[in-house]
Amino acid sequence: MRRWVGLFALAAVPLLVLGVFFALPVAAMISRGFVVDGQFAPGAVLEVLTRPRIARVAWFTAWSACAGTALSLAFGLPAAYALHRLDFPGRRAIRAALLVPFVLPTVVVGVAFRELLGEAGPLGFLGLDGTPVAILAGLAFFNITVVVRMVGATWESMDPRPGQAAAALGATPAQVFRTVTLPALRPAIVGAASVVFLFCATSFGVVLVLGGVRYATVETEIYLLTTNLLDLQAAAALSILQLLVVVGLLVLSRRTRVADPTRAIEPRPPARPTRGDVPALAVTAAAVLFVAAPLAGLVLGSLREDGAWSLRYYRALGEPEASSGLTASEALRNSLVTALDATWLAVGLGLLIAVLATRRSRSSGERRVRSFLDGLFMLPLGVSAVTLGFGFLIALDRPPFDLRDDPMLVPIAQALVALPLVVRTLAPALEGIDDRLRQAAASLGASPVRAWASVDVPVMYRPVLAATGFAFAVSLGEFGATAFLARDDHPTLPVMIFRLLGQPGEDHYGRALAAAVVLGTVTAAVIFAVERLRVRGVGAF
Amino acid sequence: MGLEIDRLSVTYGDMVAVGEVTLSLPAGGVLAVLGPSGCGKSTLLRAVAGLEPLAAGRISYDGRDLAGVPTHRRGFALMFQDGQLFGHLTVARNVGYALRLRRRRAAEVDARVGELLDLVGLSGYDDRLPASLSGGERQRVALARALAVHPRLLLLDEPLSALDTTLRQRLAGELRDILTAAGTTALLVTHDHEEAFAVADRLAVMRAGRLVQSGDIAGVWAAPADEETALFLGYARVLSGATARRVLAAAGLAAADRIALRRSALSAAPADRGAAALAGTVTALRSTPEVLRLVVQVDGVGDVDAVAPLGTHLAVGDRCGLAVDPTRLASLGAEVRAGTL
Repeated sequence: MRRWVGLFALAAVPLLVLGVFFALPVAAMISRGFVVDGQFAPGAVLEVLTRPRIARVAWFTAWSACAGTALSLAFGLPAAYALHRLDFPGRRAIRAALLVPFVLPTVVVGVAFRELLGEAGPLGFLGLDGTPVAILAGLAFFNITVVVRMVGATWESMDPRPGQAAAALGATPAQVFRTVTLPALRPAIVGAASVVFLFCATSFGVVLVLGGVRYATVETEIYLLTTNLLDLQAAAALSILQLLVVVGLLVLSRRTRVADPTRAIEPRPPARPTRGDVPALAVTAAAVLFVAAPLAGLVLGSLREDGAWSLRYYRALGEPEASSGLTASEALRNSLVTALDATWLAVGLGLLIAVLATRRSRSSGERRVRSFLDGLFMLPLGVSAVTLGFGFLIALDRPPFDLRDDPMLVPIAQALVALPLVVRTLAPALEGIDDRLRQAAASLGASPVRAWASVDVPVMYRPVLAATGFAFAVSLGEFGATAFLARDDHPTLPVMIFRLLGQPGEDHYGRALAAAVVLGTVTAAVIFAVERLRVRGVGAF
Repeated sequence: MGLEIDRLSVTYGDMVAVGEVTLSLPAGGVLAVLGPSGCGKSTLLRAVAGLEPLAAGRISYDGRDLAGVPTHRRGFALMFQDGQLFGHLTVARNVGYALRLRRRRAAEVDARVGELLDLVGLSGYDDRLPASLSGGERQRVALARALAVHPRLLLLDEPLSALDTTLRQRLAGELRDILTAAGTTALLVTHDHEEAFAVADRLAVMRAGRLVQSGDIAGVWAAPADEETALFLGYARVLSGATARRVLAAAGLAAADRIALRRSALSAAPADRGAAALAGTVTALRSTPEVLRLVVQVDGVGDVDAVAPLGTHLAVGDRCGLAVDPTRLASLGAEVRAGTL
């Protein structure tokens, strides 16, 4: 009985939060889509989905997600090998550097690619600005690191001995790779590919900045329908479609999820590169260049004014913007405060959920309840940030939840976006603690609190710190949900950058670049600090 | 000709894992490299397999230097402590792995796999997955897989250590029979002297990266090179000087400076059973299923181990007489490196 009370006490807060901030918005979206003038009218949804433009948008979403996934794998797999199996100077720095794009605010990345590929940019002669190729490059930019980390973690902890046994039986290195290494990696590769596909299909900021109205995905189309065309019903219909597809993909990717890489058996130390490793190293170098070029272009662009070096755009961050009278430094302050609130929310909820999901069950009934709750709490992962923001927008603007002007609205949305990542970092670490350690502590006379302090805390404090940093970085750069919810007089920095981009003139563009550099630097600094904690599984899903 | 290892050294940074080891193993022989964990024996094996770079020295097989020959071209097979079966392949596909690499015809592969599973006593296990096998069964599959293409040299890394005692003893005997039946040349490394005795016909003892002693198994057994080797080979105590001479005299053997005694080298009887070569006082006593094991304070020698038949009337503090079994003691260093392999 006490176990059940404890279980539900733990579950109460996350359930409540999820009920109000997830179930309610989704319900509002569904009713907005299916109910017209108080009548159930599913035909309206069908009508929206059969519009030629929507069909084009859906096709472009699927196509670009596939191509983006393929591109990410092509760069990511050789890089995963080189960065996790080979020993060469600087590999740790490169691994950390490759993590930066993943948490870099999407708006920053969009701006960076525009600066690189734009007419005046260093690669402007390629004429790629405003083409789908630029969007694909942006998608791969984000997701190479996902492939590297997910596949790399498995590759690194893979037992080398089956491969050696095969070699001793006469298998050439290529045969060892095909018959032993690849089958062992397959679950990790499939898992990484499905996660990357999901990220590509729900990518928002990059597509919005690089594709504009011409190349829209389902995500950006929801935003455009809501803000530009005020067609909330069509947006709701698309959101429902998005929700169904993404939940379906998630269920698929959960099926193929990789076994927890923290339980490694005697990992092999990385080897010195040999001649056969040259192709993998070359691809890695290309990946690094691919990631570094837009960022370098961004920094350079922010320092050039009228063909001369200048810090003017940075100084201008403190000057009020003409249209709104707000300064970029105010927006940065808003971002930091919002992200701080989002972080403690996400980490608090994440800890509760992780503890809930990983505690051993004593009966089959308890196990069923726990796995049901676990699945329930992973649901927000299935909602793209844009859908979430849109849901908040239409659900929480009237009693009993009139939160339209509540300063906590944006932090709550950001916390929900960061929550799955927090849980994915904490749960494996908690799961990795052998329950017998707690039992040993108890048998030596430790109270449950004492046992927790001497067994769980020493193991958990690093993952908790890492999850905190990660949540903070994700919240700082969050754009999809925030774009819907931030008040006009209280923008976060990513929203401010997007607004600056939308205004004509060198000056606004230059300020957007400078603000993007500042935002990127802050996020990167947080991530480098997290990377120093060396927690396995951060950035794995 | 077989395997020749000449002044082989392997280093990790500044640490010498294997230092100047010279060994040879004629074709058809089974050599056990025996040593405590961390002595470099596994590194030696991996170097022979081509998995560790050599710091110095030479490994050759049938007169051909193996430097620059990658693992998969050496024609050896390697069997690990825990088998390292391919988890995604069935037993039959594991065993036939090397055959398929060599593009043998399917019928031929099937026939050979059946034959090998028969040899290791696992007929009918073809479609099982490794995860469903017991530890002993997995080792048999690993052995069958290693033997599939008649390797020139089979390398065994503690093949039985992961198993429990009774299974280990049974499999050790079977392993020897299987290796002999197949005429396989094998190099085995182990820390268990009983495993080495049960499987090999030659023995090399390693300690701290160096070769301490090598020879045919009986020779090494009869004359351990030094005290540590003797204790590692299962001798219970080493005596030196006057005490050693006293025990040797009692056994009717020629004098030597240092001797190693097995636990059963002395047999005790109550003191009133007439004169004995040695006499002493029982200080400890323990009953085992086969014999009574004693520790006796022998006059002029000190504490030694002894045995007595079950049912002997002896108690702690009793006086007893002791007879020496000359076959259960060895003189140390008498034939150092006798008959180097």
